[in-house]
Amino acid sequence: MTRDLLPLFEPKGIIIAGVSSHPGKFGFVVLHNILSCGYNGNVFAVGRESGMLLDQPVLSSINEVPNGSADLLVVCTPVQANEELIRSAAQLGVKAVFMVTGGYSEAGGVGVEAEKRIVELSNELGLVVAGPNGQGIVSTPMDLCAQIVAPYPPKGRISVASQSGNFVSAFQNYANQYGVGISRAVSAGNAADTSIADYLEWFADDKETDVALCYVEGLKNGREFFERIKDVTKRMPVIMVKGGATSGGQRAAASHTGSLASDGRIFNGMARQAGITHARNIESAFEAAATFVTQPLPSGGDTLVLTTAGGWGVITADAITNHRDLNLIQLPEDLMDSINEMLPPRWSRNNPVDLAGGETRDTIPDLLEVSAAHPSIDAIIQLGLGIQGNTASLTKSGPFYPDHGLERIVDFHERQERRYAEASIEASIKHQTPVLVASELATADPSNPMVAAVRESGRLCYASADRAVESLGHLVRYRHWLNIQE
Amino acid sequence: MPTLSESQSRLLVSEAGIPVSNWETTDSTQEAVSLARNLGFPVVVKVCGDEIAHKTERGLVRLNLNTEEAVQEAADELLSSVTVDDGEVTLLVSEQIRGNRELIVGLVRDEQFGPCVMLGIGGILAEAVADVAFRLAPLSRSEASDLIDDLSMQSLLDSFRGEPAVDREALINILCALGDLGSDQEVLSVDLNPLIVANGVPIAVDALVETVEG
Repeated sequence: MTRDLLPLFEPKGIIIAGVSSHPGKFGFVVLHNILSCGYNGNVFAVGRESGMLLDQPVLSSINEVPNGSADLLVVCTPVQANEELIRSAAQLGVKAVFMVTGGYSEAGGVGVEAEKRIVELSNELGLVVAGPNGQGIVSTPMDLCAQIVAPYPPKGRISVASQSGNFVSAFQNYANQYGVGISRAVSAGNAADTSIADYLEWFADDKETDVALCYVEGLKNGREFFERIKDVTKRMPVIMVKGGATSGGQRAAASHTGSLASDGRIFNGMARQAGITHARNIESAFEAAATFVTQPLPSGGDTLVLTTAGGWGVITADAITNHRDLNLIQLPEDLMDSINEMLPPRWSRNNPVDLAGGETRDTIPDLLEVSAAHPSIDAIIQLGLGIQGNTASLTKSGPFYPDHGLERIVDFHERQERRYAEASIEASIKHQTPVLVASELATADPSNPMVAAVRESGRLCYASADRAVESLGHLVRYRHWLNIQE
Repeated sequence: MPTLSESQSRLLVSEAGIPVSNWETTDSTQEAVSLARNLGFPVVVKVCGDEIAHKTERGLVRLNLNTEEAVQEAADELLSSVTVDDGEVTLLVSEQIRGNRELIVGLVRDEQFGPCVMLGIGGILAEAVADVAFRLAPLSRSEASDLIDDLSMQSLLDSFRGEPAVDREALINILCALGDLGSDQEVLSVDLNPLIVANGVPIAVDALVETVEG
């Protein structure tokens, strides 16, 4: 049964226990981040040093918080203080607790016992307890940044649950870099009371979430996780990175979260069987999530490559051919005929469709339209855009600009780049065919008008064709999995 | 963990619906010869007993026996190489299955995930290529089919050296049957190594079942 995590992600009011006037302490940083990122609800700071902190009165006891004015407690106080604190909070109407405090099961010994008591307490009081030993929560629909670290991501529809707080930050950094945003994010810490599966189940029902992204090290009950996630993935794509898949990684994970990672091969099979999108690293996991959240789901793996750059076309054809879930489709006759009418006779007459300079006839938007509309084409990878914008950039930075009649050509190049990018997005949306635009300019020069236009549309401009192929492969695999569910 | 003898193991998986090469057991060399005659040459003769696990490593398997004399000689040698530590043993005589491809399938119980079905490419290079994949048991037919797709060497499953493609439905049947054995709490693990693909059809030519204590 899905647990009610709404008070955790949409609190009406928040109590921060353990605030400190030292700007380097967690208690200060959490308060600072909550107050700085625009959260609109009540905020109560509780700490030992009374007075004002960040224009906020510091209460010396949690009991000074008015009854019913807060439903989330963020705990930065030491282990020995927390049981009493949580009891008091529950009496005030608090429903959810985020525990930043470390020194629990990850520390072993008495920490293990203390963590057990926290779980018993949460059951007794009917609370949701996240952590302990976690970095915090982000919930962009609430403008909420209750974490002890940066950054705060742009708004979006990817939700994150991670057994490592650092990876919550990493995913949020990517969100800032690529402009594909985050909805909820939680660092599960030791996941004593609330597990990754609990978060994923709630995300599946969350109206602010379309795709889940998670990092998992060890599972306390792998079989139960499998049964639960299988149901989540039927409703929402789940992208997962698994740490500790090798014996070396397992030793690191054991000391990290206190639970042993299990055999890599069985985990891989479980993930595929459960419909989990199993990404091989953090970066590709984010890109997969960004792809699921911004592209239509293809009906199969028959892929067309459109390119204005021959070499990139060849490399991409190789990558598609080597990918077990994708197929470099042979050009259908009728599509061949349509393209013949648009391009000069020297075009490749094959997939990849190499425009052979035909783009100067301004055919890219028409080509995208006929290709995306074709019933046999499941997905398109588009390459070689950005070249004109790049030329414009060099021209603009040279000593002859804006004289010598260069202004007009720069304007033309930049306008064309935007048009190409917009045409690819328009065709993709109209025909519900994924169109993935890839160019190294995505990272080499994000100010390129093509890259900027893709980003403004909310989509990811892939930094290389291979990365686009990898992300597309995840979409196709997920579609296949959905198809074989009984 | 106690293991069943090969003959008992074969019986258990064959009752679960997994095709196994025809076999009989006997105590006597003389009967081994007549069993071989009934099964048809060539045959395989092995030592079979609860305590006998690593037959090949110990040289307790004789393959490609084409004549009655060869069977008699092999049976004599096998019986004389058995030691007191091997416990009660019999001779297992089975038809020799021929095929160029081998698969490994099994059922294991994982601490985290419970009963899991394994499928892998077998043969002498099996360990080196390590092309194996797992699924959690029980398996639906489409999950079994996806397990087959998960192997890297798909070309080995297509038609190969004049042999037809591996009978996919037959392999799915085997994988599902193994998965169903996962619900039998007495069965700790099953190892069918190898299945020989004979004319496209996978047939188990060895079986080892581990059971729960007591």
